[in-house]
Amino acid sequence: MTAQIQRPLSAPPYLQIKKLWKHYSGFAALKEVSLEIKEGEFVCFLGPSGCGKTTLLRAIAGLDLQSKGQIWQGGRDVSLLPPEQRDFGIVFQSYALFPNLTVANNIAYGLRSLKLDKNQIQKKVRELLHTIGLPDVGEKYPSQLSGGQQQRIALARALATEPSLLLLDEPLSALDARVRLHLRQEIRSLQQKLGITTIMVTHDQEEALTMADRIVVMNHGIIEQVGTPEEIYQRPNSAFVANFVGTMNLLPCHYLNSKQVRMGSELVHYKLHHNTAHQTLGFELNHGPVQKPQKSKAWLAFRPEVAELVPFNHAQTDLDHESAAPKSALKPHSNAQAHYFQGQVLQSEFMGSFFRLKIALHTNHAELVQQPIHVDIAVQQANLDCLTVGHRLTIKVPVDQIQVYERNDSTPFKQPQSVEVAA
Amino acid sequence: MILAAQPKATSARLSPQDLIQRLVIVLALVFLAVSLILPLGSMFIKSLQDRHGAFVGLDNFAQYFGNPVLFDSISNSLQVALISTLIVIVLAFLFAYGLTRTCMPGKKSLRALTLLPLFAPSLLPAISLIYLFGNQGVLKPVLMGGSIYGEIGIVMGMCFWVFPHVLMMLITALSNADARLYEAAKVMKASPLRTFFTVTLPNAKYGLISASFVAFTLVITDFGVPKVIGGDFNVLATDIYKQVVGQQNFQMGAVVSVILLLPALLSFAADRLVQKKQVSMQSARAVSFVPEANPLKDRLFFVFCCTVVLAILLITAMAIYAAFVSFWPYNMTLTFNHFDFEAVGASWEAYFNSLKLAAWTALIGTGVIFFNAYLVEKGRAFESVRNLLHLMAMIPMAVPGMVLGLSYIFFFNAADNPFHFIYATMAILVLNSVVHFYTVCHLTSITALKQLDAEFESVSASLKIPFYITFWRVTLPVSLPTVLEISVYLFVNAMTTVSAVVFLYSSDSMLASITVMNLDEAGNTAPAAAMAVLILATCLLIKGLHWLLSQKLLVVTQGWRSR
Repeated sequence: MTAQIQRPLSAPPYLQIKKLWKHYSGFAALKEVSLEIKEGEFVCFLGPSGCGKTTLLRAIAGLDLQSKGQIWQGGRDVSLLPPEQRDFGIVFQSYALFPNLTVANNIAYGLRSLKLDKNQIQKKVRELLHTIGLPDVGEKYPSQLSGGQQQRIALARALATEPSLLLLDEPLSALDARVRLHLRQEIRSLQQKLGITTIMVTHDQEEALTMADRIVVMNHGIIEQVGTPEEIYQRPNSAFVANFVGTMNLLPCHYLNSKQVRMGSELVHYKLHHNTAHQTLGFELNHGPVQKPQKSKAWLAFRPEVAELVPFNHAQTDLDHESAAPKSALKPHSNAQAHYFQGQVLQSEFMGSFFRLKIALHTNHAELVQQPIHVDIAVQQANLDCLTVGHRLTIKVPVDQIQVYERNDSTPFKQPQSVEVAA
Repeated sequence: MILAAQPKATSARLSPQDLIQRLVIVLALVFLAVSLILPLGSMFIKSLQDRHGAFVGLDNFAQYFGNPVLFDSISNSLQVALISTLIVIVLAFLFAYGLTRTCMPGKKSLRALTLLPLFAPSLLPAISLIYLFGNQGVLKPVLMGGSIYGEIGIVMGMCFWVFPHVLMMLITALSNADARLYEAAKVMKASPLRTFFTVTLPNAKYGLISASFVAFTLVITDFGVPKVIGGDFNVLATDIYKQVVGQQNFQMGAVVSVILLLPALLSFAADRLVQKKQVSMQSARAVSFVPEANPLKDRLFFVFCCTVVLAILLITAMAIYAAFVSFWPYNMTLTFNHFDFEAVGASWEAYFNSLKLAAWTALIGTGVIFFNAYLVEKGRAFESVRNLLHLMAMIPMAVPGMVLGLSYIFFFNAADNPFHFIYATMAILVLNSVVHFYTVCHLTSITALKQLDAEFESVSASLKIPFYITFWRVTLPVSLPTVLEISVYLFVNAMTTVSAVVFLYSSDSMLASITVMNLDEAGNTAPAAAMAVLILATCLLIKGLHWLLSQKLLVVTQGWRSR
């Protein structure tokens, strides 16, 4: 799938990846991946392990050559160039600092290729040590520094030769949580200061959301979605992206038209956002009801934090007001503004700033029985009564927060158990 | 996903760096081809030719198997190898068990003393055994009328000489224990014996198999021990020597070489297979086992280990004593007379030649082998050729020293060989020693290189620094301990080996280990012991220097290692 980027014709993309394939024996790690990256952009390749994100990064660096396809960098075809003839700096998860060289010599390592004299090299090293906020460690050896410090040295070493592209291969994954948060901001502000085009590979969605200008979500060797962090989080264009980035309730349903799906015996309204890519998901939006029943399988999706708890009784009156024909309170209801689910609290988890409720839906529909939903309630708004296990309640989800995705039974979609949103 | 439409792999444009690297890899391949593959090939061809170089097919083999005396040596060799292997494996397993699984005292010293046999030529234990159990031996009655000359002597000498090799492997095998398995066995109330048979033994299984093959190969291919103490008991290794040196029958020598290559090749193949399996057996999350004190068990193993070490010390000490005794057993005054080698037709020159050989082998061998290992492990692309280089580096382990030596005669002595000029010089001895001890050094280097960050090369490529500069500035300094270890290994082996050089020395390049053999052959046993002790002392000195160096020098140059 080609990522389409809105850009003025006058500014060609700095990096163009054209229909890249990478085959390992009998297995394709990249399947016709195309991507464009603008100058000065911070792009994150995000995806689960084995999705091809590191393969793509290494192809861009020339460390592992693609099987087919082209890479253009700064208007130059670099597809077949060895790494030393490309223009990039790279930082690895393992730091890969030379253990027998001092920090200063590590940073100066690449400066030898620039034919600078001793004074210039020393000056440059001092500047870089200042930039990364470690002015006094020049004479130390890497093993005398903490992991976070070592990673900053690796960053300085990569930046020393002033490359125009910076590649970061899971640079923060080996670090403690606290150091990671700190270094995240530091890398981002350094990148903005230098204006260097940067690609970072990560499997940590929080890292990608907080650091990137744009995120490239990958899975099974293809690009699932490209977009700003907000787009990726709020308008994921597939069930995979929805569930990989943040937490998403996914309920099996059947697609009817661009306004409604059928869930069990109920109709649920939803609002189609123009930039969700339903077209690509195989729904024939302009042809009324879908003819092929197997094509109509869909996921109804909403984030845990958009749901609202309505007291059980209250929902009844609420419904009476809004709908013309009152229905039994035990069934889910829907109108043009919001959909109401009935359920019972299975479990309540305290997450710091909010409670996460696991709620079993009241339904006799087989597809839904097994599927508890998650609802996040801010601590201030939480009514402790509602949080007790076994409590019955009504959940209100605004229609414009409900999204619908294609559901493909041939590859059963597994819901990750432990993907957490930024608290 | 359409995998059928797999496109042709694109290939990168080669940078000057790539070209240099590939050129060096090809050179390394050519080196091993000329120094290993081609000589072995010429030996195979020789075994199929008659005296005049005409092709006779398998006639030589038919003749060999038709000669009962020669054929006997096959069964003799197998018999000796099997018995020695069995004894060594049992002794070494118990010893290794004592070191790794009990709380007996003095483990470090006991272990260090078992290494003694590694620093002497295999001729030394044989000479020593003659002093101990020979016709005028102090312990002759122990044999109850049996003769040390022959099977008993060979087996005893082999056990002494092979023991440290096997022990090192079994210690490794037994140290990999996962404590959680033992805890599980305890929780399930398994008896110690049952735990031993269900946990300990299966875990050490591959180590035991590997060690057995190594012991078997070492015994069947060793030449020193049977040469000195074998008497009329013929084995394959002495047969080659007799055919070539005694009867100048090179064709028959080649035939025996081919036959000797078979068991070595077989055990080598089996060992490779087993090692592959072993890798997949180990788990990274194992909790290491710490033995608990058990007074009875600890004492039993302490007594056992001390007995073994005493035997090793006894044999070593006997040789040293013999070197200084005036005229065993009639005049027991101590003297330096036996070190006057000129008096018995030998010369100190041989000793200095050996030093030269060992130094050159250590210097050139370490450089070549480590750099080749670097290319195999850290090279870029060109994978099939790098794998081929790795494969060729594994072959020397399966080639007995005498077989390689004989191959060198056939190959380098051919008049039309462009490398003919190195024949009968120090150069051919160095080349032969480097190749003969190649595999162990190669594997040691590979292991050390695997521990380095895999991305050093990627980083330097991104910084536009050529690989050879990174090799010089980073890889080599970081691997210095390994490099030193390899050079000491090469030095000691080049100093002590007999079998690899026995066909290749000339009057100008007479060696110490060969002198030991020749002196012993001529009946000058005491000077032979003196020369053997000289070799032992030199090797111990080098090892001691190495130890000091790693203690002192490495602390200075490798300051970065400590935090």
